[in-house]
Amino acid sequence: MEHTIPEKHYLNEATGWKSWLMTLDHKRIGILYMIMVMFSFFLGGVFALLLRWELISPDKILMGPEMYNQAFSLHGIIMIFLFIIPSIPAILGNFVMPLMIGAKDVAFPRLNLASWYIYVIGFCFAVYALFTGGIDTGWTFYTPYSNETTTAVIPILTAAFVLGFSSIFTGLNFIVTIHKLRAPGMTWFQLPLFVWAIYATALIQVLATPVLGITLALLMLERVVGIGIFDPAMGGDPVLFQHFFWFYSHPAVYIMILPGMGIISELIATFSHRRIFGYKFIAFSSLGIAFTGFLVWGHHMFVSGQSDLAAVIFSFLTFFVGIPSGIKILNWMATMYKGSISLDTPMLWALSFLILFSIGGFTGIVLGTLSIDVHLHDTYFVVSHFHYVMVGGTVMAIFGGLHYWWPKIWGRMYNETLARIAVVLIFVGFNVTFFVQFIMGTQGMPRRYYTYLPQFQGMHGFSSIGALIMGVGFLLIGIYLIHAIFKGKPAGPNPWRALTMEWETPSPPRAGNFEGAQRLTHGPYDYDKVVPENALKQYKTL
Amino acid sequence: MKDDAAQRHILPLNLYLAVGSGLLVLTVITVAVAQMDFGQMNLLIAMGIAVVKATLVAMFFMHLKYDNRIYMLVFVGSLLFLGVFIIFTMFDTLRRGDIYEEIAEPYQKEAVIYRTAETGTASSHAAADSSHNAAETETETSDH
Amino acid sequence: MNQTTAHPAHLQHHFTDAHQQAESAKLGLWIFLLTEVLLFGGLFCFYAIYRSWNPDMFHNAHAFLNVWMGATNTVVLIVSSLTMALAIRSMQLGRRKHTIVFLSGTVFLACVFMVIKYFEYSHKIHLGQLPGKWYFFEGIAGTNPHIFFSAYFLMTGLHGFHVLGGIAVITWLIIKTSRGSFSPEYYTPIEMTGLYWHLVDLIWIFLFPLFYLIG
Ligand SMILES: [Cu+2]
Repeated sequence: MEHTIPEKHYLNEATGWKSWLMTLDHKRIGILYMIMVMFSFFLGGVFALLLRWELISPDKILMGPEMYNQAFSLHGIIMIFLFIIPSIPAILGNFVMPLMIGAKDVAFPRLNLASWYIYVIGFCFAVYALFTGGIDTGWTFYTPYSNETTTAVIPILTAAFVLGFSSIFTGLNFIVTIHKLRAPGMTWFQLPLFVWAIYATALIQVLATPVLGITLALLMLERVVGIGIFDPAMGGDPVLFQHFFWFYSHPAVYIMILPGMGIISELIATFSHRRIFGYKFIAFSSLGIAFTGFLVWGHHMFVSGQSDLAAVIFSFLTFFVGIPSGIKILNWMATMYKGSISLDTPMLWALSFLILFSIGGFTGIVLGTLSIDVHLHDTYFVVSHFHYVMVGGTVMAIFGGLHYWWPKIWGRMYNETLARIAVVLIFVGFNVTFFVQFIMGTQGMPRRYYTYLPQFQGMHGFSSIGALIMGVGFLLIGIYLIHAIFKGKPAGPNPWRALTMEWETPSPPRAGNFEGAQRLTHGPYDYDKVVPENALKQYKTL
Repeated sequence: MKDDAAQRHILPLNLYLAVGSGLLVLTVITVAVAQMDFGQMNLLIAMGIAVVKATLVAMFFMHLKYDNRIYMLVFVGSLLFLGVFIIFTMFDTLRRGDIYEEIAEPYQKEAVIYRTAETGTASSHAAADSSHNAAETETETSDH
Repeated sequence: MNQTTAHPAHLQHHFTDAHQQAESAKLGLWIFLLTEVLLFGGLFCFYAIYRSWNPDMFHNAHAFLNVWMGATNTVVLIVSSLTMALAIRSMQLGRRKHTIVFLSGTVFLACVFMVIKYFEYSHKIHLGQLPGKWYFFEGIAGTNPHIFFSAYFLMTGLHGFHVLGGIAVITWLIIKTSRGSFSPEYYTPIEMTGLYWHLVDLIWIFLFPLFYLIG
């Protein structure tokens, strides 16, 4: 059945650049975020490729030690603060979440727009730092080095500080939206699981980010005034900085991964055409992760000189973080079991997530073990572990989500064949890049060096080839997704035959989302009871 | 709208005045008590009075006693997570160097490498829990 | 409440009624207060750790703070909290004039607080009891007394900025109230500001004994 793009939708109901820069529509703000965040992803990716290029040989190819320090610091800072933390909540959370709960907008549209502008300001500070001396502290800004280095520490701290506010505003907005703007009759247990995940994420954003703000402010003051909190030369304690930093940054890992898990819940239910197994377990495990995530930060400090009592407690508590993640994985598997699975592109991303995130999660348990971490700390094992979680987890999820909702966002479908090729490229490229890094790590290859012993050259070269494959994959994705915006076939309101509320709107939706108040007619995963009307004819089996 | 009544609940003037005077009286008490010395209890007493005052402000001035319970949850939640932050950090800061005193020190006394540098090592670990200064911090971080 | 009647001017399009809008604003503000608690929390943690490491230095240094000025400021802030609460109560009862009086009282007391703070600060700056590298006072026994003054200036300073912010917002409320923007049906901004102001008071309730009354 042929579909057409509706005559009026949120993209054309107002025109001109001003209508975009002053927009209060959550969907348009989501797109503004998409532009900035994806540009940051591109920047961070360029730095990643430069790093892998340098590491092809132990000799200096592009960069000496100082340049290399700058490159990995910028790669980390851009990827974490500018890309991965805002990515899913600010792009897809903004676009999809209000649609999913049947709301006309988020609770505070002005605050929403403000958070984007604050993000842009933070972005500008980061770019400013890049051009005024760069930064070579790594993304963690550990003292005492961050007190002494002559690079642009203050601008980059300001950037992270400002970006924190953007994150807080998004979180605050989403919590209130989910509490107060659900469609009449929609109870908490009728919320799609993506909304639960976004909710748990938002809780972490508002609870943890203020501490990051004060930490970075204290670090700046330490540099300027020498207040004596973190700098040993002024009587301060550098390990205390790590407590302050990781109190935010461990929970921040869950700011990065939880929304991804939410997307996976949607994808698995939709493409298995089956009621999600263990709805409440998945929902509450999101809250469980958010909560336990606050109790384990010291596992980053096993070799930093914290007390042995603290190290033992933190190591012990870290094991509990594995439980809610495990609950999710098992419930997803149970959902797929005996489902009629269709392997459309988003589902391929979801399956990649399952495999890669499981590896990332298990190696996390390995690293959380006190005695093992002492050996593996600061090796490529750690590098590989968190890339499996962050890229194998979050990036797989966000691209799964983008492919899933692309037809809703733009009303048009991308080229399915190219999309599948891209998934395979990324999946293969990712494993080629990072699996060998586990092996190098266990053999003692330390992280953050531009050079290495000759024995590692084979594996480093192999890893760099993988990075190139991934680079090609992402380039391909960029090309066909942008092509789809203009030339793609009209997708119709519900190309995946899904039951969550965003698919009840036309694609692309109207500016006000729904005509009148949205009524709840069925649960988000009632695949055993309902077949979505607007999708009956268009669905093709593969 | 069932919460309307709660939301527009107007408290009697006398209640506000009573709470206000209570806060002022507690302020006088806390200053007066601080002039006396109860040793270890000083901090506890001062904080106890502050908690009572804060509770009064939150319950009556901020209407937590009469409002939707969710606001109470948000507020108490913030204090809970702050507590986690401070207490877990103190698991570290108050107990640094413990293992050296309890377990390692008897062995270190025997060990040749520690005997030569006894003064430096021993003092830095023993001092970690009480007097903490620049020089010691530096030895500590480099030691571990 | 008259949600069924025509759209009130202050109701935004994406809310179904004024009640939903007011409740959303209030929840949003409470979450904002939560972020404030954790923001100050970092400084409280700073204080707690260093006081536990250097109890004697903290005790010696606190003797240079003026208890009477601190106590006066505590009283001033408590009374200002009371007038703020009464301003809201007056608006609930529709007594606009009383609201303006109470709000003005709150601003006045906040200014008194800042003036007293000014005298305290300038005295310390004069003596050189300053944070970090700027510290040049001699006569406090113990390790690193500049850290005590770092904590003092940071915590009272951040609190002071919140007082200044409060003064600005409450002044704006006075103008809005006198223009008749609020009524017993709609006074959300006053209520929100009130909650914020009480939190500022609440934080001072802890700062006072922690700095001025170290036993
Ligand atoms: Cu962690």
